[in-house]
Amino acid sequence: MVGQAPHPKFLVESLSVHYPDGTESLHNISLQIPRNAITVLFGPAGGGKSTLLRTFNRLNDMVEGTRYSGKVLLDGENILTPDLDLVALRRRVGMVFAQPVPLPMSVRENMTYGLELAGERRRRNLDRAIEEGLQAAALWEEMKDRLDEPAHAMSGGQQQRLCLARVLAQQPEVILLDEPTSGLDPISTAKVEDSLQSIKKKYTIIIVPHSVQQAARLADWAGFFYQGDLVEWGEGKNLFIAPKVKRTEDYVTGRFG
Amino acid sequence: MRLSRTVTQRIAFSLLTAIMSVTVLGILAIITYIFWNGLPTLSWEFLSSMPSNGMREGGIWPAIIGTLYLTIGTAVVAVPIGLLAAIYLSEYAPDSTFTRTIRIAIVNLAGIPSVVYGLFGLALFVLFLQLGSSILASCLTLAIMTLPVIISTAEEALRAVPQSFRVVSISMGGTRWQTIRRIVLPQALPGILTGVILGLERAAGETAPILFTGASFFLPHLPQSIFDETMALPYHLFVISTQVPGMPVRIQYGTALVLLIFVLVMNLSATIIRSYYRRKRQW
Repeated sequence: MVGQAPHPKFLVESLSVHYPDGTESLHNISLQIPRNAITVLFGPAGGGKSTLLRTFNRLNDMVEGTRYSGKVLLDGENILTPDLDLVALRRRVGMVFAQPVPLPMSVRENMTYGLELAGERRRRNLDRAIEEGLQAAALWEEMKDRLDEPAHAMSGGQQQRLCLARVLAQQPEVILLDEPTSGLDPISTAKVEDSLQSIKKKYTIIIVPHSVQQAARLADWAGFFYQGDLVEWGEGKNLFIAPKVKRTEDYVTGRFG
Repeated sequence: MRLSRTVTQRIAFSLLTAIMSVTVLGILAIITYIFWNGLPTLSWEFLSSMPSNGMREGGIWPAIIGTLYLTIGTAVVAVPIGLLAAIYLSEYAPDSTFTRTIRIAIVNLAGIPSVVYGLFGLALFVLFLQLGSSILASCLTLAIMTLPVIISTAEEALRAVPQSFRVVSISMGGTRWQTIRRIVLPQALPGILTGVILGLERAAGETAPILFTGASFFLPHLPQSIFDETMALPYHLFVISTQVPGMPVRIQYGTALVLLIFVLVMNLSATIIRSYYRRKRQW
């Protein structure tokens, strides 16, 4: 394997994921996710990148009967053990989805939702989390006077940045993004990408991009997935300019996919 | 010769409109008729006094109060059980043969004639559990009859809440119960409320289930506890329409009108709740 990051945030060893209908979504994947960087998981649909993303916060478990084999270590601790505290894991590993899903409440309540689930009641802490989260997602100026409006009244781009902001308000360690800009216009997309670049110093970011171009723009590290296999893994600046595997090259240059 | 498509469409639309009009007109005719005949009887005196002279004079106060008691009592029993059952079926139950059987049973229960519930209530609550003919036995019987309606409408309302809300809440470290309590239940509440009211409305208007379990022909006083029998509007209407010779017709229509208004008000409130929240809904 090319390019090993020192002290990886996630260490994936021989991971396979089976869905209850018997299909194997990932075959024997091994890789290391570096901290404080943006890692891009890309490839054609059905390649297993979303499955891998949803393994990092065990969201695949919502599909009953999902089976894992292999190991995924978060700071050295295996998160695939059956008795893992999933609530604690998901507080450390936040997620933003393809479609913006503002919860049916105000902007403020969306921002404090995660902290309140965790039992935080102190007004001062909640207010600070709201401001810091919105600042980091470049939403504070637009939102600070609209905190009590319903979140669904915001534009699509604002909603998606709110979804990022509300994850940031929980102070997670890792942020997973599953095609977060697929429903957004180019300007909103640029704003989201800018936010990611500016927060990566503090967080480990793993993203499934919605295009190869976005993958190339964002990747510090990248993995190319095809039909459940990790075809190529490497630093972004190498992988997109000089891919080593023919299939990666064909995909990156647009010959298929 | 084939008709052109526009002509076919026009014929079909007219037919559908006609069918709908027949349905609506039928209901309107009944309501108008009852109002026309019953309205002159309606007075404070009629509503608030005890029946007298073998029910041929006086009012229907104990029947109104009785129906109120029965409706409230039924709600107290049926709503918590129905809601919990719906939450279980919608949010927790795996899709297994067992839960499919439960669902089929619930659907079938909704189709059982009410007199069967009455006999069941007589056998189980009145005789076997020795509750006697009482408000309690009647409420339990009505609750069992109402449960299928409440469970299936509540389950439907819970399922209508987008799955994405649940996924987001879980992904933010919410437990299943936190997700249900903070997101799913509040969003489903209007639908649940509608189902509850519609179920209770049926309970309020039924005669057969209370006939053997707690309704009394005539009581000179109001019930003092849940172990007393009670008069009730539907049964009272039945009694004065068929069992009392020389009954003035105006009292029968007056009673029918009060029962009708009772049910219409419940129906209307369900409609208002539903449309109010549908406008406020954020998805």
